[in-house]
Amino acid sequence: MSGGTYLGMPSFPVAAKTATHDGRLRGNMHRAMNTIRTRRARAVSELDDWAQLRQAGKEIKDRALRHLDEYLLQIEERVTEAGGHVHWAADAAAANRIVAGLAKAAGAAEVVKIKSMATQEIGLNEALAAEGIDAWETDLAELIVQLGHDRPSHIVVPAIHRNRSEIREIFRAEMGRNGRPAPDDLTDRPADLAEAARLHLREKFLRAKVAVSGANFLIAETGTAVIVESEGNGRMCLTLPETLISVVGIEKVLPTQRDLEVFLQLLPRSSTAERMNPYTSMWTGVTAGDGPSDFHLVLLDNGRTETLADEVGRQALRCIRCAACLNVCPVYERAGGHAYGSVYPGPIGAILSPQLRGIDNPVDASLPFASSLCGACYEACPVAIDIPEVLVHLRERAVEQPGHGAERAVMNAATWLLDHPAALAAAERAASATRKLHPRTLNLGPAAAWSDTRDLPEVPSESFRAWWRKQHR
Amino acid sequence: MRVALFATCVNDALYPSTAIATVRLLERLGVKVDFPQAQTCCGQPQYNSGYRKQVEPLVTRMVNTLAEYDYVVTPSGSCAAMVRNHYPRIDVKSTELAPRMLELTEFLVDVLGVEDVGAYYPHTVTYHPSCHGLRMLGLGERPRRLLKAVRGLTLLELPAADECCGFGGTFAVKNPDVSAAMGADKVAHAEETGAEVLCGADNSCLMHLGGLMRRSGSALRPVHLAEILASTEQEVAR
Ligand code: SF4
Repeated sequence: MSGGTYLGMPSFPVAAKTATHDGRLRGNMHRAMNTIRTRRARAVSELDDWAQLRQAGKEIKDRALRHLDEYLLQIEERVTEAGGHVHWAADAAAANRIVAGLAKAAGAAEVVKIKSMATQEIGLNEALAAEGIDAWETDLAELIVQLGHDRPSHIVVPAIHRNRSEIREIFRAEMGRNGRPAPDDLTDRPADLAEAARLHLREKFLRAKVAVSGANFLIAETGTAVIVESEGNGRMCLTLPETLISVVGIEKVLPTQRDLEVFLQLLPRSSTAERMNPYTSMWTGVTAGDGPSDFHLVLLDNGRTETLADEVGRQALRCIRCAACLNVCPVYERAGGHAYGSVYPGPIGAILSPQLRGIDNPVDASLPFASSLCGACYEACPVAIDIPEVLVHLRERAVEQPGHGAERAVMNAATWLLDHPAALAAAERAASATRKLHPRTLNLGPAAAWSDTRDLPEVPSESFRAWWRKQHR
Repeated sequence: MRVALFATCVNDALYPSTAIATVRLLERLGVKVDFPQAQTCCGQPQYNSGYRKQVEPLVTRMVNTLAEYDYVVTPSGSCAAMVRNHYPRIDVKSTELAPRMLELTEFLVDVLGVEDVGAYYPHTVTYHPSCHGLRMLGLGERPRRLLKAVRGLTLLELPAADECCGFGGTFAVKNPDVSAAMGADKVAHAEETGAEVLCGADNSCLMHLGGLMRRSGSALRPVHLAEILASTEQEVAR
């Protein structure tokens, strides 16, 4: 089954322009964001030690990243001891190849999937489809996205851009083509929609021989993989099929089991505003008579090692994918997730995608500029990623790319003028002398981008500098 | 106590009335304020656009120009945050200047210890806390406490006040559609309050919002906080 694709996406400003003029999308987003923001704020304010938890989360992640090489080897050892198999994937193609090979070896023509950002990142569903293997998303929102031939627009709630009646239409049109159809009298009540999804998915759970997941955390000390979720579909995938393949980014490591104490508080409160997520699954290799008898861990690099090498940019690898930064972001709310041209939208996407994919394409080169640097994301981030700092850092890289010559010339000229106060004063006098001639709008370059919607400011009759001189002659 | 005004390039060239108001206000409160004329711009536009090398001469200029003052006061939260939070990362020379750079409301409340500055302003006002002042400097309630003490002024609470207005420096022209959409929502919230005046502590945000308001024919007027705090019964000229 085909899904949406990010290939050939326009740069952020172009994609965002469409979204800002889509009244329905903006309405859907505004309502959803408002609710989620209020609930998160309440969940976080319940804990007196939130600031300390956040600091601890940051430090644990930094420690894990500092010694990542050792921890990864430790994980390989522990998982192997516990009867699992570890595979190393340098990039998306390698990971896809490994998963497809394992599924085929298990004799599977289909796999069930737990919501996972890593497998979205590598385009696993499309890669499996090319090998003749169907991959069924079992998270409700991912199912909506998949059935709608759509792309996710949010990390935690991938179908946030859809409202209830759109979802009903998608279920009615598409479920029958992919398995058990939706009932004819399906309403758009959330309970009815969820029940239709449950029935549609049940036959897939019961039939599947292979499940594919990601993981929220990998514990180095024990080799344990951890998944937190709300719906229970993950628990089904993790226990019913015989073979389990988990594709996990190498940055998901936590040193010890105890570190979970911090993250099992930070993550649910930040992401779904829950005190505790309903389902937490943990597994270490395989256990006879309990769950899958065949477990494969695919450790995914795909640009992470290079990101780790960047002193400023590496903090993006602390991310626990809670989406708090998306939910508070005024740019994300108005541009929508699709404008970011990546499975990672919003502020985290703006700093992660250009690092993982490189900055030499139009979408990724535009992402570091997709922010007003208001800082709401940094304030909300449970592992204190200074997103504005990384954005500015990546802008410094982006302007080294071709195509910034004119802007650089303007910046150089501005710096020269600002480093010569006498020349600046002369320029201000000239502007004031001709002030009556200055228009309120201009239709050239950046001035047009400003004055399409906003009047230009009036030039005063004299600058402050000139006034001060008169006063202190 | 030697106090310098850092006017900022935007106020110097486009909003001299804000810098003049800052001088008058401080003088009225008994502070002799100097304006070292070698100052120009903190370099924030270049820094935030990714041109760090172009910022360096401006950091040096700021450090040299403002070296001998106990406090540097500026009517811009954003420029104060640039100097205080970013300068030390750009150039170690600036570590002495950085903590002495105060935004106007910090200087009034923390250094002078005043909240009632003796102002008179007979209007209904709503206040938009610009992001850098709010999140990087942590101005908190200072601006609103100062406004509440102004005689004749009615302060109306702005809904979703903490949300960015969409200016964001070059963001306003690099992402004009999102920027204008954010600004339009901010203006709509301000209009909902029924206030006559939209007050802010950063003229670049007010330039963006004011431009939108003028284009749409809004009855709201953008006014910088310093100008409200500077006005007295003698000069209710506005
Ligand atoms: S960057 Fe921070 S706030 Fe955003 S998803 Fe990652 S952990 Fe959550």
